[in-house]
Amino acid sequence: MDTKRRKFLKMAGASVLAGIGAPAIVKLSTKDAVAAGGGHGAAKASHGGGHGAEESSGVRLGMVIDMRKFYDNQGMLDKAIESCYRVHNTPKIDNPKSEIKWIWKTGYGNAFPEKSHNHRSHTVHESSFPVLCNHCDNPSCVKACPTKATFVVEKNGIVAMDFHRCIGCRFCMAACPYGARSFNWEDPRPHIDKPYNADFPTRMRGVVEKCNFCGERLALGQEPACVEACKGTGAIVFGDLNDPKSEVRKVLDSEFTIQRKPSAGTKPSVFYIV
Amino acid sequence: MIEKTLKGKPAYWIWLAVLGTFIAVGAACYIRQYMFGLGLTGMSRDVSWGLYISQFTFLVGVAAGGLMLVLPYYIHNYKAFGRITILGEFLAISALVMCLMFIMADLGQPLRGLNVIFFATPYSMLFWDMCVLWGYLLLNLLCGWVILTAERKQVPPPKWIYVFVAISIPFAVSIHTVTAMLYCGLPGRHFWLSAIIAPRFLASAFAAGPSLILIACLIMRKYANFDAGKEAIQKLTTIIMYAVIINTFFFLLEFFVGYYSEVPGHIHSLEYLFFGLEHDGHVYNNLVPFMWTSVVFNFTGLGILAYMKIAKVFDYRLVGASAVLIFLALWADKGLGFVFGGFVPNPLEEVTEYIPTMNELGITLGIWATGFFLMTLFYKIAIGVEHEVEA
Amino acid sequence: MYNKGTVIAGLAIFVLFVTFPIWFNGLDAGAMPKYTEAEMVPNGEKACVAPADVMRDTHMQLLNEWRDDVLRNSDRVMVKVDGKEYRKGLQIACMECHSNKEKFCDSCHEYAAVQPTCWDCHLTPAAIKEAQ
Repeated sequence: MDTKRRKFLKMAGASVLAGIGAPAIVKLSTKDAVAAGGGHGAAKASHGGGHGAEESSGVRLGMVIDMRKFYDNQGMLDKAIESCYRVHNTPKIDNPKSEIKWIWKTGYGNAFPEKSHNHRSHTVHESSFPVLCNHCDNPSCVKACPTKATFVVEKNGIVAMDFHRCIGCRFCMAACPYGARSFNWEDPRPHIDKPYNADFPTRMRGVVEKCNFCGERLALGQEPACVEACKGTGAIVFGDLNDPKSEVRKVLDSEFTIQRKPSAGTKPSVFYIV
Repeated sequence: MIEKTLKGKPAYWIWLAVLGTFIAVGAACYIRQYMFGLGLTGMSRDVSWGLYISQFTFLVGVAAGGLMLVLPYYIHNYKAFGRITILGEFLAISALVMCLMFIMADLGQPLRGLNVIFFATPYSMLFWDMCVLWGYLLLNLLCGWVILTAERKQVPPPKWIYVFVAISIPFAVSIHTVTAMLYCGLPGRHFWLSAIIAPRFLASAFAAGPSLILIACLIMRKYANFDAGKEAIQKLTTIIMYAVIINTFFFLLEFFVGYYSEVPGHIHSLEYLFFGLEHDGHVYNNLVPFMWTSVVFNFTGLGILAYMKIAKVFDYRLVGASAVLIFLALWADKGLGFVFGGFVPNPLEEVTEYIPTMNELGITLGIWATGFFLMTLFYKIAIGVEHEVEA
Repeated sequence: MYNKGTVIAGLAIFVLFVTFPIWFNGLDAGAMPKYTEAEMVPNGEKACVAPADVMRDTHMQLLNEWRDDVLRNSDRVMVKVDGKEYRKGLQIACMECHSNKEKFCDSCHEYAAVQPTCWDCHLTPAAIKEAQ
């Protein structure tokens, strides 16, 4: 399954490079809802806390993080994080006050405060969990932004940032229940590991940034950097949550998964197998 | 009328010079921040709003507080407020200018501020806050100026102005309601996620605004030969007293909800603010002294006001003391605790404390000084006109 | 008119002040920057997404359009002009050929006294090379 999918991604990428057909991101979904155009409004899920079923139309990219693959291989987690930072020219600032985080490690109790209790297994207790932007179906940060500098990309459900437009009011940081957003308190350039990734810009001071689900890589038919770093292990499975045939849905359909803070009503698109 | 600001006793000029010095220091600090970025502040990834936004929040309340003079005078025709209603309107203008300056100081990309208009986003509360703040500012400028001009010419104000006066009343309520909505609509910030935030904001605003006017009246009574009238002062103290009682009641309800339900999210911030929050063996408590000072000032101020009402005593010194205590108490509550407390703990249940830097304090003081500077000029004009009419 | 002398003198000073940038250099805008083709396009590429004069006039609009396509609409379809394909992007397309940003971009921007903020985020070929 995995190899098949990779081949498919490569194909999709090649087709874009050759300039045929729609962007690769559309190819990620076997559903033709997107290709047909229309009918894919920015994931407006049904309202109402725990009562309404979680549903949205169109492509909704998401991921399952299988912690069982990370427990004995925490080094892979560092690899995934490192890969993300390199690909996005993300600064590494030692001072926790001004840190920029896209994907980072934290404890189970920090990632899942609502599900923490005294007697959790040693493995869970002692392992680091990766956390990142949840690319929510109903993102509170997008509601907060006064300029639409952060928004849901209609084609794929990614919660994206437009750094050109951000005024740096940090309302989105207050609104995010996952602490997924970072602000550039100072010029980030001096803190970026060299060499740069020449295919991606850096950021300027005074704007908010966060994980972008590697929108720029998807367009080239590549997997997100963190997914690619764990290639072959199935530790992070990425795809369209609304496509019943996608790999990520197969995992979701067969395994018990949890989300971070589902009670916030934001409908996160990142799931965990603990 | 502006020429009235150009004549004054030495005390007036010294006062303006002192404020001017603070403004200059604030401007210099702001230039530093503009060149380097907001990294010069004590704000962090976890406490992403600091003094600027907390002062903004408090001052929106001060601006809305002017309503407590406008409403009795224009709607209930309460004549005793005739001499001081204009002070409420001018206070609102000064406070709103400070609010807008604090917002600008807080932006990471201030030059892009107009994006809020270019890319207007009606589902963002910040967009609506901008609308009502500007609306209330313009309404107050218009009403204040037209009514004062009429008074100077000793003619009744034109009828049409009362339409704008009437519109300004719901606007006053809306500025603080929308400001509360910036906070109380955010999932995952339990301390703010409470339906009582807007009523609590309004209650504290209706105490803080009139308190400041009261303090100004007492100062001008002593130094500017301006007497607001005993009846007006007494009525103001009554308004302040009830507003403080309601605000205190609302706040105690938050305590009940937190500590009786024992839902962690509802307790954490209160614990941090009043008792110190223990986390990984360290107790975080840098706001505790401020919050208890606020409690003591709040109840002492309230006690003085209640004593004067019950014992039927009237003493300008007691009035002044209670107004100062209450203003400071409400400032510590809303201008510090409310905003900073909401960020503790962060969404990942970690604790980061916020300590403002000197540069940040310089800018904050500079903006406060600008507000007081404007308020002084406005009040000078208002009193000048009243003296001119009486002469 | 009261205080005629003062008012007119004041107005004259005001006009002189606001026209300072015009007369200070003696009504001369200075020499237009001139570079050879080889300096502008070091790799010798002849084709571009649009003719030179169109690009000169409207490159800023085109860059804004590309920005919105890529970022806001996730439309990263390559631009095909005369059989040649270009990715949409300043850093990943334009600078491939116009690799000398200092001469190609800055010289004209300086002459026209505009300060685009592109390079606050986007990396110049020189910055990329230097960091290698």
